[in-house]
Amino acid sequence: MNYVSVIDLLEQAQQLVREISVQQLHRALSGENPPLLVDIRELDEWQQGTIAGAIFIPRGNLEFRIEDEAFDRDTPIALMCAGGVRSIFAAKSLQDMGYTDVVSVAGGFEGWKDAGFPIKVPQTLSAERRARYARHIIMPEVGEAGQLKLLNAKVLLIGAGGLGSPAAIYLAAAGVGTIGLVDFDVVDTSNLQRQIIHRLDAVGTPKVQSAAETIARLNPDVHVIGHQVQLTSQNALDIIQNYDIVLNGSDNFPTRYLVNDACVLLGKPLVDASIFRFDGNVTVYDTAHGSPCYRCRYPDPPPPGEVPSCAEGGVLGVLPGIIGSLQAVEAIKLIVGIGTPLVGRSLQYDALEAEFREFRVRKNPDCPVCGEHPTVTELIDYQEFCGIPHRGTVH
Amino acid sequence: MAIVRIPSPLRKYTGGQAKVTIPGATVAEVMTNLAAAHPGIAPRIQNDDGSIKRFINVFVNEDEIRALNGDATTVSDTDEISIIPAMAGGK
Ligand SMILES: [Zn+2]
Repeated sequence: MNYVSVIDLLEQAQQLVREISVQQLHRALSGENPPLLVDIRELDEWQQGTIAGAIFIPRGNLEFRIEDEAFDRDTPIALMCAGGVRSIFAAKSLQDMGYTDVVSVAGGFEGWKDAGFPIKVPQTLSAERRARYARHIIMPEVGEAGQLKLLNAKVLLIGAGGLGSPAAIYLAAAGVGTIGLVDFDVVDTSNLQRQIIHRLDAVGTPKVQSAAETIARLNPDVHVIGHQVQLTSQNALDIIQNYDIVLNGSDNFPTRYLVNDACVLLGKPLVDASIFRFDGNVTVYDTAHGSPCYRCRYPDPPPPGEVPSCAEGGVLGVLPGIIGSLQAVEAIKLIVGIGTPLVGRSLQYDALEAEFREFRVRKNPDCPVCGEHPTVTELIDYQEFCGIPHRGTVH
Repeated sequence: MAIVRIPSPLRKYTGGQAKVTIPGATVAEVMTNLAAAHPGIAPRIQNDDGSIKRFINVFVNEDEIRALNGDATTVSDTDEISIIPAMAGGK
């Protein structure tokens, strides 16, 4: 038998692998072309603390998962374990896979700590959450980091009705940690044809309460904040400023202009959608990142009564299910930071023709709220703007 | 001539058709001819002076006509003009 001790094996590997000191690593991480730092220790070690920016792939999964993070064999990679030994074997293995620029951090994480460099205790998912969100976590585009972003995210839904129902259900199921709902209505029997978050036994109760109960039964991870108020120019900024993203599911033009202007003023991304009969429309406005806004697209509201509401004209019950779900998809993409957001584009769905079409939405340099010389710098009277006689409230 | 895509609420004026082919070399001409061919549609999309209502987006293919040449935008037989009114519904 050819006896090779671990010491022999290590010495052989060390001949082939380049090592760097923790000081060199520290410099490299703040340098021009920082390496992909991979913490290859076990979960319990990583949970105690790691280096900010390190990705976690335990040694046992390294060969299987490294391509998800770095397919390019010339990617600079630094491997770190606790003391700098496991990372030598790991580096040898990546070199065998064809990676050309792999280093092992001599001294490992313990050496990093001893040198007085900062560490970070990573936020991790409990075993229960790992199981619940397994189908998200297994996708490299989401992963544990993406799921944590979802759990930390705060999304506000304007309206807990047609669009708000599917959006809230899917966002809750996805593990969006905080969902705010603005709605002052109570559940009506005629809502149940499409507002799937509400049940027959909730008729007569406030929509925010009914929605919160459905969400609680679905996913206790989600904290629901009910705003059982009419959104007005007086309260909109106070409410919206506490959230990361706003989904618009309101049912009238004054509220649509109000929500748009508030999101522009606060720099919040707005996932906007509207529905009528068999047609739906969804787009993302994100003026903090150069996107057009609702006013760029619709500078003037229609005269009162010219455009019928769903209450007057009807709406196919499934339609908000499609469009509200698209809003949820866009919100999740924005939170996780993946894909191409529906910015500068409007997706139009025609249920009768079974067609999706896309149109360009352009920024208007003369837009009164997001243009080069804005004239709307605070919230205005949106009833008046829409030519509606005053009833004192907006919704 | 161009193909005009009719939004579902206005299809009662086109006999239920989602697409109609209308003669005209510009968006304005097509709109005038559309209004003549399908009575009832004009007051829904045009002002009294024939201009298109401001809350209605008119697209030639994927571009809104305000980004092109307004209602003087020229169209050919294969172009699609889409009439997309603002919708408020969400509930
Ligand atoms: Zn704008």
